[in-house]
Amino acid sequence: MSRQLGDGHRRFLQTMMGVYIIDELKAKALYQYCCETFKMQCAADRLDEFIETINLKLQPMFMQVRKGMSEENGHQYYALVNTAETDITRMTSDYADNELELFRKTMDLIVGSEKGTASSTDILNSTDTMTSKKLKKSETEHLLTRLVQDKWLCEKRGEYTLSTRCIIEMEPYIRSMYQDQVKMCHICHNVAFQCQICENPSCGIKIHNPCVARYFKGKMEPQCPACDDFWPHEIPEVRGLRSQSKK
Amino acid sequence: PSTSQVQRGLEKLTPAQVDQKTAEVVQYFLMKDQKKIPVRRADLVKYVVKDYRTIYPEIIKRAARTFEQVFGLKLVEIDPKHHMYILVNNLETATSRAAPVECPTNPKMGLLFVILSVIFMKGGTVKENLIWNTLKKLRVDPGQKHEEFGDVKKVVTDEFVRQKYLEYLRIPHTEPVEYEFRWGPRADAEVSKARILEFMGKLHEQDPRSWTQQYREAHATQNSS
Ligand SMILES: [Mg+2]
Ligand SMILES: [Mg+2]
Ligand SMILES: [Zn+2]
Ligand SMILES: [Zn+2]
Repeated sequence: MSRQLGDGHRRFLQTMMGVYIIDELKAKALYQYCCETFKMQCAADRLDEFIETINLKLQPMFMQVRKGMSEENGHQYYALVNTAETDITRMTSDYADNELELFRKTMDLIVGSEKGTASSTDILNSTDTMTSKKLKKSETEHLLTRLVQDKWLCEKRGEYTLSTRCIIEMEPYIRSMYQDQVKMCHICHNVAFQCQICENPSCGIKIHNPCVARYFKGKMEPQCPACDDFWPHEIPEVRGLRSQSKK
Repeated sequence: PSTSQVQRGLEKLTPAQVDQKTAEVVQYFLMKDQKKIPVRRADLVKYVVKDYRTIYPEIIKRAARTFEQVFGLKLVEIDPKHHMYILVNNLETATSRAAPVECPTNPKMGLLFVILSVIFMKGGTVKENLIWNTLKKLRVDPGQKHEEFGDVKKVVTDEFVRQKYLEYLRIPHTEPVEYEFRWGPRADAEVSKARILEFMGKLHEQDPRSWTQQYREAHATQNSS
């Protein structure tokens, strides 16, 4: 297999630089499109190899196309990440110092919560303890909108979660920064924020909602895979890849 | 720095140090390019190259090679006097079918395309009033705050000018003061005149070749852009 970069690889990378993150279906379609446009050979199961070729050339530039799961729907995504700055300093070109401080506080709230969410009220209240120039209410609201637009946060009915892009890109930072708080999913072993927790106090393992759906599918008496206690939560349905053609 | 100075500078550094600095320069260019801000050599040296200035020519050469080989972009010096650089897409853009994933395009680019078209069709230079009147006909009033573009006049005479898409120049010896527009060097490097002519042809249901002067110009410069 040739490790040479062709124009097809370059167009794929250019698109990733514009969108930062795409789901697996779109990545496959884009891969096929790039191969056809630049008359390269294309095999449906070779996407990861194709991306590996790009990553080899990106490595000296401290960039990488990295794969990860969405906590929302359990699907695989590809994100273009910066590997040089593993903490949020990689956002310094787009955000002011006090905006980054509030983003850090938002992360603290999300990581410290059981469900992996932070309410807009809690985020607004956390501006009281800011050490850099305090953000006004309207500035905070505007910042949160930008963080959602730039795909660092997601918002649903006033509740904020870390986006898939943010988790893929910042996982090393989150793991080292929140060592004592952060837990891995018992099923997929990635960091878990939006998840269900075993209620046995001596166990307390976490499982992502989509991992719960897949693991307990069809089981009548769901039991915790770690302690065998009854799993008391509602089991969500497995969400198919087909239903997500439009974001 | 001269070639021998660069050579001596390189001997004092490890290959890893040179690679690291090249990566920083590449990242800096990519960051500026997202906002379409041209990079000045002076800023690049001051904020990124720093202590490595003796080997600057080698680093910029390596960065240019990386842009071409990895990103499909070309590093272009648009202002040799003030040493300003931009990145231009090196890959063919016209393809037979639509891409399954489109990069979000800045809506302002549509506005820019109209202005560049008017300038090109009018022979390369137009007085500003002609541009404002054209935009008004398209219900983009430079005197009013636009829903999508905000302050239209500022976008056109400031943002597009800073990005080097447009030149906005005072016409000498005019009283009251009058200004005119021309294409900026980024437009020359990035925008295809043949595509503009094709678009005008469709708009007016006219053969692009009927604009003899423009057709000649579009096809004479097409390969260089
Ligand atoms: Mg940065
Ligand atoms: Mg640039
Ligand atoms: Zn999981
Ligand atoms: Zn348990």
